[in-house]
Amino acid sequence: MGEDTGEGGGRQERRVQRTAPRSGPNEGGGGRRVGKGTTPAPGVRVLPVLPAAVLLLAFFAAPVVWTVWASFTDAALTGAGAARTSFVGLANFERLFTDPDALRATLLTAVFLIGSGIVGQTVLGMLLALLMQGRRPWVRTVVGGIVVGAWVLPEVVAGFVWAAFLEREGTLNRMLEALGAPQQAWLTALPILAVILANTWKGTAFSMMAYSAALSEVPTDLKDAARVDGAGPLGVVRHVVLPLLRRTVAATLLLVTLQTVQVFTLIYVMTAGGPAGRSTTLPLLMYTEALRLGDIAYGTTVALALLAVAALFSAVYLRTLRPEEVR
Amino acid sequence: MTARSPAGRRTARPVRPVGTARPARRAWTVAAPRRAAAAVLVHTLLALLAAAFALPALWLLAAFDADASARARLPAEPTLEHFASVATADTLFVPLGNSLWICGGAAVVTVAASVLAAYPLSRFQLRFGRPFLYTVLFATGLPITAIMVPVYGLFSRVGMVDSRWGAMLFLAAAGLPFGIWLTKSFMDGIPVELEEAAWADGASARQSLLRVVVPLALPGLSVVGVFTLVLAWGNFFVPFVLLQSPERLPAAVRIYTFFGQYGSMDYGPLAAYALLYTLPVVLLYAAVSRFLGGGFSLGGAMKG
Repeated sequence: MGEDTGEGGGRQERRVQRTAPRSGPNEGGGGRRVGKGTTPAPGVRVLPVLPAAVLLLAFFAAPVVWTVWASFTDAALTGAGAARTSFVGLANFERLFTDPDALRATLLTAVFLIGSGIVGQTVLGMLLALLMQGRRPWVRTVVGGIVVGAWVLPEVVAGFVWAAFLEREGTLNRMLEALGAPQQAWLTALPILAVILANTWKGTAFSMMAYSAALSEVPTDLKDAARVDGAGPLGVVRHVVLPLLRRTVAATLLLVTLQTVQVFTLIYVMTAGGPAGRSTTLPLLMYTEALRLGDIAYGTTVALALLAVAALFSAVYLRTLRPEEVR
Repeated sequence: MTARSPAGRRTARPVRPVGTARPARRAWTVAAPRRAAAAVLVHTLLALLAAAFALPALWLLAAFDADASARARLPAEPTLEHFASVATADTLFVPLGNSLWICGGAAVVTVAASVLAAYPLSRFQLRFGRPFLYTVLFATGLPITAIMVPVYGLFSRVGMVDSRWGAMLFLAAAGLPFGIWLTKSFMDGIPVELEEAAWADGASARQSLLRVVVPLALPGLSVVGVFTLVLAWGNFFVPFVLLQSPERLPAAVRIYTFFGQYGSMDYGPLAAYALLYTLPVVLLYAAVSRFLGGGFSLGGAMKG
């Protein structure tokens, strides 16, 4: 990692610099005016980065490295693996690829991601952004406030709110009853749909805000030009606005994907992964294996799979992003 | 990007007289019957969507309902008894105190470390500045959930499991990538000339950071602090994994262990607790987003 070597260099420079710390800044200020990057005392300058670098190394870099190492071992909370961890080669990966639970969790994660992240949040967020474009401020404030409110709600609370909403005696069923439509015990009959709806509800605000901001950047001239050329409102959106928004969409999808694949709390509070594992996505499987069943090594292997799913989707978005940059 | 502006200029220039009059008209009045119909349609859709988004949250009114249930309705007999029933030290005050200590501590550590790190990154051309920033940016996207199992593994090796310090420091580290990035962009906006004046007057780098940069960046720093606090406050998984003793749990986990682990939920107290736990962060968030404008609140997006 870059900062590693940076610190090493920093430590050496500090010794040199310690003799004249008072004059350092003045030199630094003067040196900056003369020429960038060639001023003295680079070591002193790196020093303030240290606390952040240490925190990041200890709590981010170390766990990531440890993830890779642990996935090749039999590390565990109890039993033989806890007393003396030994190297087991690819056994965890073999288990991951043959475990029907892991396969189902991967599929459910993909369904959850596509349903709530890609389709739900993106389509709803874009729709809201387009509809609110150019509307009166109070309309935007009210609608935006409600949608953002769902986003600001802590995840645990959102989980409880949706658990109550979809409960057998909950609001949704009462409404369906009033309409004469069939009712469902949503949380047990269609658990994955229930959590997809909840996560769409919770996450749409982010996409909406991103697209709202991007829409306001679209030059009015272009839209006017298209209108003069005879394009209707939908035509303007399709042929002018959406093509210009491609980069924003790709970037937003990337962030939404990274956010969605790691959703744990919402699902855990609503269904705890059940019934019978029908809403157990990869984060829930990871938690169950590692911390409930104590198999840390297999849990970290699942975590690696989670990272791989996230990386895969990220790569796809980056690919769709690239041609635009070249042009 | 490059293709956009020339094309826009080329096509827009001939129709300028029409175009200049149009945006003002479009925003406030409806010129053609078709447009009026479209406006009605759009507002109907917006109203439906807003209603759909508001509907699930209406259940929180159960907090004031003596006969609380899973269904949302206006309380027939309004009451505050549910608030009174959860307002005990063990259920509410100790967990809220833990939340404050863990999340507030994380916010303070994040802001302090972000300021220190962002200053040289913003002011000097460091040899490892760019790689460091890219690493930080990469870390922003890292799924925190995915590293919690290894973090737990590491914490159990060094005896930091079930320690509020450990949870606080981890949440601080989790807030750092975003914090450094945001702080650096705020600092980039402070003219270096102001600092040069301080240096010319004989100030040290530390003095110019503390007396010039930090006061000027204070609004931005409070945004970083509040965001770290709000995100940590809402985080369930990190304290859920790292803390075990009931007396150390923050409100985010306490609400789950208190209400979620039984078969049937006690809806009234649950809604009351949810409101008490949620309100502080929502208010903080509202204050900051109003202040930030632009991308986070919607008022600033009116330029289109």
